[in-house]
Amino acid sequence: MTTLDVPTRGFSGDIDRPRGGALAALMRHSMALARRSLIKTLRTPEALIDVTIQPVIFLLLFTFLFGGAIAGGDRGAYLQFLLPGLLAQSLALGGIALGQNLNADIEKGVFDRFRSLPVARSAPLVGAVAADVVRYLTVCVFMLGFGTLLGFRVETGFVPTVAAVALSIGFGLCFCWISVWVGMLVRTPGAVQGVMFLLIFPLSFGSNVFVQTNTLPGWLQAFVHVNPITPLVSTIRGLLLGGPVAHNLTITLAWMAGLLIVFVPLALRAYARRA
Amino acid sequence: MSDLVVRAEGLRKRFGKTQALDGVDLAMRRGTVLGVLGPNGAGKTTAVRVLATLLRPDEGYAEVAGIDVLKQPARVRRRIGLTGQYASVDEDLTGTQNLVLIGRLLDLTTRDAKKRAAELLEWFDLSEAAGRMAKTYSGGMRRRLDLAASLVGHPEVIFLDEPTTGLDPAKREDMWGVVRTQVTQGASVLLTTQYLEEADALADEIVVINQGRVIAHDSPDGLKRRVGGLTLRVRPADPTRVPDAMRVLDAVAAPGTNASADTAAGARPGAVSVPVADDMALDRAVPALRQAGIELVDLGLHLPSLDEVFHALTEGTPTAAKENELV
Repeated sequence: MTTLDVPTRGFSGDIDRPRGGALAALMRHSMALARRSLIKTLRTPEALIDVTIQPVIFLLLFTFLFGGAIAGGDRGAYLQFLLPGLLAQSLALGGIALGQNLNADIEKGVFDRFRSLPVARSAPLVGAVAADVVRYLTVCVFMLGFGTLLGFRVETGFVPTVAAVALSIGFGLCFCWISVWVGMLVRTPGAVQGVMFLLIFPLSFGSNVFVQTNTLPGWLQAFVHVNPITPLVSTIRGLLLGGPVAHNLTITLAWMAGLLIVFVPLALRAYARRA
Repeated sequence: MSDLVVRAEGLRKRFGKTQALDGVDLAMRRGTVLGVLGPNGAGKTTAVRVLATLLRPDEGYAEVAGIDVLKQPARVRRRIGLTGQYASVDEDLTGTQNLVLIGRLLDLTTRDAKKRAAELLEWFDLSEAAGRMAKTYSGGMRRRLDLAASLVGHPEVIFLDEPTTGLDPAKREDMWGVVRTQVTQGASVLLTTQYLEEADALADEIVVINQGRVIAHDSPDGLKRRVGGLTLRVRPADPTRVPDAMRVLDAVAAPGTNASADTAAGARPGAVSVPVADDMALDRAVPALRQAGIELVDLGLHLPSLDEVFHALTEGTPTAAKENELV
């Protein structure tokens, strides 16, 4: 080992005052940590199976295996109906990996290092969530791309399609805070998946993803109407296939805000308590 | 500014039924190394985690670099570096990426962060591995990278939690060199260890913790004096020569001590032990024993083991001993 030069402090000015204030610092640190997550994602492309191959398998399964039975033989029409719904389900499922990764990071002690640094407590979580944008964009690209190969056609135009993708990513970023929270609470990455499946499958099947709501018994319709997946699916359908979206979009945005208001503080508190 | 760079008083922390810290006081002078010595589960890691702002104690006061750890943790974090017991480098990132990330989180510009990373990687002999993912590193390389990560921000106070556990002796001595260099550059280092030898090699002062309590705070020499220091132990081939061997070895005994026949419970009888001042005693003892015609089957110089330290320190405090038995 060679000797190191006499250290000069890496900070200029007052070391207790982060550049640009607390919020700017949170953004800066979160982006540095998001970059870390992205590098990890690119190093392990197999970790993207749940946002690439898995949604495609669902699409094939429901279009060709169940589609004929559900839609009375008209597979083309069912694909048009199904794809926006499956997109919503894939976004919800796509957030599970985040909770699992954070759970593993905590077990490995990587977060101890971050917590001993002068960064906001929330930065590691915010950074990890921000990096998930790439995963939700991947879901949208794969679903729309593969769907087009199967015969799905956007009936509106470019701008509404971009709006649908933006809303999808936004919803994914809000919904994944549930997974983050669960990841802070349970002991193993496997348990994150178990808990999230228990939550997501009733939400995605008990909605308008796979079937028209008016085919359901009354009590189930009541559940479908309070389910956040339902207005999201209706909005994406409206944006891709045409029809009014304002009402459902408002409800969806309210749900997204609600998810953040409830689960961000829960996740941060659970993170602070863990370890 | 106070001469003490770490000061803790009456730290208590309980995890369920375990009282991990049971009223710990610590004091470390600026520019020195404080060795915190203790067996597994003694509370060393818990104490470090409290001082490094990772854990809130149930009770007590702690101050690092003159700043209250509980009231202003963010200010403390700007002045410390932490290397945990388990190397916490990111395995999917390269050596450079690991250090640049830390630099960015310390608000260095990307350029400065890269410069600092390159500097540290070179210093820790990791330049060639800089572009490789940390998962391809050996255990020693990971430890070095982990230590480098804690030095990115030129910390005033460095916490090293068992930095050499699991390293081979050569790598351990490399690590000691790193710690000494940090101190010559003005940092203060608090290091926990299970090895008396390590604390002896590095620390200006040693705190011994057992079951959440400080049972000694002394200089290494002071501690050794209390424990007994070096011991020369010989075993004559003919057990009847034990008294003769004792007479010969009295001549090399440390001032104020005598050779004695080993009678400790569990020890095989027939050996003679003598406390000695240093290893020069060996040079004098061997010819003397030969001259006396005493043939040996075993001969050795022993440092006090951690067990002996605890035995010596807990001896004569029956209350502590009794409580230990209850736990």
